[in-house]
Amino acid sequence: MTAACAARDVVAGLLAVEGLVAGTVPFSAVDGPGNRFVVFLQGCGFDCLVCHNPATIPAHPRGVVRTPVGAVVDLVARDAQFLTGVTVTGGEPTVQPEFLVALLEALAVDPRTAHLSRFVDSNGDTDADLWDRLAPVLDGVMLDLKGLDTERHIVLTGTDNYRVLGSLTRLVALRRLYEVRLLLVPGINDADDALTRTAHWLLSLDPRIRVRVNGFRHHGTRAVARDLRAVTDADRERYRAVLTAAGVEDLTIT
Amino acid sequence: METTVRGTEPLVVTGAPVVTGRPGGMAGRVRRQPTDGYRAEVLGCVTDPALTYRQRVQRLAALAEGMLEPPPVSAACRAAQAAGVVHDMGEGPAPYRPRYVLPDYALALAGGAAHLELEPARDLDEALALLLAAYASVPSITGYPVYLGDLDTLLEPFVDDSVTDADLDRRLTLFWRLVDRTMPDAFVHADLGPDDGRVVRSLLRVDRRLRQVVPNLTLRVDPARTPDALLREAVLTTCADGKPHYVNDPMMRADLGPDYGVVSCYNSLPRGGGAYTLARLDLSASVRRAVPGPLAGRGGAERVERWLTEVLPGDLALTAELMASRIRFLVEEARFFEHDRLVLDGLVRRDRFTAMFGFYGVAEAVAALMTPGAGAGVSPCLGGDAFSRHGTRGTQRRYGVDDDATALGHRIVAALADLVAATPMPYCEATGGHALLHAQSGIDTDLGVTAGARIPPGSEPPLYEHIRAVAPNHVHVPAGISDVMRFEPTVAANPDAAVAVIRGAFAAGMRDVTFDVEGNGFVRITGYLVRDADVAGVAAGARHSSTFLGAAALENQHLRDRVTKCAPLSAGPPPGASGR
Repeated sequence: MTAACAARDVVAGLLAVEGLVAGTVPFSAVDGPGNRFVVFLQGCGFDCLVCHNPATIPAHPRGVVRTPVGAVVDLVARDAQFLTGVTVTGGEPTVQPEFLVALLEALAVDPRTAHLSRFVDSNGDTDADLWDRLAPVLDGVMLDLKGLDTERHIVLTGTDNYRVLGSLTRLVALRRLYEVRLLLVPGINDADDALTRTAHWLLSLDPRIRVRVNGFRHHGTRAVARDLRAVTDADRERYRAVLTAAGVEDLTIT
Repeated sequence: METTVRGTEPLVVTGAPVVTGRPGGMAGRVRRQPTDGYRAEVLGCVTDPALTYRQRVQRLAALAEGMLEPPPVSAACRAAQAAGVVHDMGEGPAPYRPRYVLPDYALALAGGAAHLELEPARDLDEALALLLAAYASVPSITGYPVYLGDLDTLLEPFVDDSVTDADLDRRLTLFWRLVDRTMPDAFVHADLGPDDGRVVRSLLRVDRRLRQVVPNLTLRVDPARTPDALLREAVLTTCADGKPHYVNDPMMRADLGPDYGVVSCYNSLPRGGGAYTLARLDLSASVRRAVPGPLAGRGGAERVERWLTEVLPGDLALTAELMASRIRFLVEEARFFEHDRLVLDGLVRRDRFTAMFGFYGVAEAVAALMTPGAGAGVSPCLGGDAFSRHGTRGTQRRYGVDDDATALGHRIVAALADLVAATPMPYCEATGGHALLHAQSGIDTDLGVTAGARIPPGSEPPLYEHIRAVAPNHVHVPAGISDVMRFEPTVAANPDAAVAVIRGAFAAGMRDVTFDVEGNGFVRITGYLVRDADVAGVAAGARHSSTFLGAAALENQHLRDRVTKCAPLSAGPPPGASGR
C-alpha cells in the first residue's frame, strides 16, 4: 500500500465516524470570532439549572439521528466561502470525543475547509488529555466556568469542577484557550469576593486572559430557573468594576 | 429611484396641445395651453405647507417642463409607454441636463476651474471649500449633485502630519453637515476606498456619529487591497446608519475601467461623464401585455422561448428608442455640452457619457411565464391581485425560492445584457456605442412589481441561499445592481462576521452588497436611505426631498417585510435542524 493510499484510508475512516448531531447553524455572529458555522452535538454531562439549551442535555433523545462526519464536512464546505470558521458546541461536544476529534481532523485535511478556523465551545468537564489530542487541529476553545467554588459549582451544575479547572489549565498551557466565559447568576455565584478570587486565579494562569461574562437571562431556560433573578445593568456595572479592579484587562460583559 | 417631485402626488400634466412655431426642430414642438386643472396644480404647489421653498421651486420647474411634448417617438413606443411596459422614470419631456453627472473633481483640485472661478487647492481647507463650491454647479435629475467624488482619494493628499485625527474629524464633521444641510437629498452620494487611509477612517467615524441620510456612501472593495480593518470600520458604520454600500471594485474596473463612480442609489458610471438618461423596461408588464397577443395559447417552455425570442427584443428596442430620442434632444437641442460650465472647464466630457438601460420586475415576469395551465387567452393568474406582493401564489414557481424559477430569472437577465450590448445608442461611444444595463430598483409609485432582479421582500431565503440566488445576475449589469440583506444589529458586537460575508459575497460573484440593519432607525429604500423618524413626520413635510419618495415606497413595496438574516441570539440548534 502506498503512502497516498494509506492517507486516503485514514481520511475515509474519519469521514465515516458517526455522532449524534443535534443541529447545525450555517451563520452565527455570536459563537466565536467572525462568521461561524455552528455544529451542536447532542448530550451533556452537566445538568445546569440555568441551561439555555435543555433539549441538548440527554445523551440519546428521540429524533436525533446518527450523522457521519463526512455529512457535516460537506455542509460546511458548501458555505465555506462565507465563513471565518467552524464552532463545535452542544450540548457538550467533549461527551462525543471520537466524533469531535474526527470532525476537526476531517475539516483540517479537506482542502475545501482547511482554511477555516476550528473552535470548540465547552464546559470543560472532560479528561484534559483530550485537549492534547485535539490541539493539532484546534484553534481555540471558549470554555465556561460556572464557579471556582466547588460547592457552588455542584449547586449550579450537579457536578464538581475539578475537570473544568484541569481543562482550563491545560488549554492555557497548550495556548488554545480563546476565552473563558463566566456565567454569573445573581445571588448564586456573583459575590464580589468570589469574582475577585476567580479573576486572580485566571490571571495566575495567563495575565492577559480573555474573559467574557454572560449574565444570566431567562431566555430558553426551564421552569426551574424562573425563580432565579436575571442580571440587571447594575449587576453588569458591578461585575465590570470588580473584575477590572482585580486586574482583568480583556473583558466583555453581555 | 426617483422622480424629482413629491412621490405621493405623481406629476399629471393637463391641458390641450397647441401647435406653435415652425415644423421641424425644437421650435416645431407643441406646447400645451394651461388649463384650470394645471393652474390649480401650480397653486397647490406654491401653497403646500408640507413643501420647503426649494421643493416648491423644483416642482414648479417640473410643472413648466411638463407643458412640453416629449421628443417624437413611434406609435409603437408610445403604446408601450401607455401600457406601462416602457417607463421614462418621470424625467420630464425636455431633458436639459444629463440625469447623472460625475465631475472629475481631481482636475479642479489640481488645476482649478476657470469657468467656475475655482483656484487650485493647496491645503485641506481649500480642498473642502473648492468641493462645496463645485457641488453648487453640478446639474442633476434630482436638483442636487448625485456624485461628490471619491472623497478619500481626493482628500488624502491634503492630510499630512500637521493635521491631527481630532482636527480631521472636526473638519470633516463640518463638511458632512454642510453637505447634508445644503443638499438635503439622499441621492447625494460619495465614494470611498478601496485603500485604507486616514480620510476614509475619519469619514466612516464621522458618518456613524452624525447619522445623516446624506450623503449616501459606497465603499469600493478590492479583496486584495482593502484590509479587514477598514471593512470592520465600515461595518460598524453600517450597523449605526445603514451605510455604506459595498461594491466589488475589480468587477467594476473590468467593466468600466479604473475611472468610475457609484452615484445616486448604486448606479455605476464613467467618472468625468455620467448618464444622459435612464429609461426602464417593466419585464412583468412585457409578459402581461404579450399574453393575449404573441403568447396566446402558448404554455410551458414554448411560452418562455417565444417571449424571450420574439417579445423581449421588441420591447427592448422600444425602450431604446425612447432613450435615443431623449439623448438626441439633450445633446442636439438643449445643447448641454456646448454651454455647461463643467463641460467648458473639462470636468465632464461628452465622450464620457453613456445611457442607462433599466429593467425591473424579474420576479413577476418569471412567475407569469411559468404559470401552469395558461392556455388560451389571459391567464387568470396574470391579472390584478394575482400579482401579489410576493409576486406569486399557489402553485406558481417563485424566483429566488425555486431553483427553476431562479434559473429563468438568470436567463432573462443574461438575455437583456446581450440585447442591450447589441443595440446601438447615440452618443454612447464611452461604452462601446451602446447603453449600460442597470437593475432599476423601483420608484415610489410601483405596485405589485419588484425592484430590478431582487427577490420580493418577505420571501427572501436565508443568507447564503439569497446570495447564491442573485449573484449570477450581477456580472451582467455593469451600471449597477443591488440586493439588500437585512441583518440584526447584534452583528455590531462582531463586525468580522459581516466582513466574512462581504468577502464571500464578492467571491460568489456579487457586484454590490447592500445591508439594511434592523432597528437602527434607518431603512434602505432602493439604494438610498430614509430615517424612520423622518418618515413618521412626513405628512407635515420633510427637509429631505427623498423622504417623500421613501415614505411612499415603504408602503407600496412592502420594504418593512424584508426577512432578517437571523443568527441565533443564544446558542441552540434550530428545531428540526438535525439530519440536514
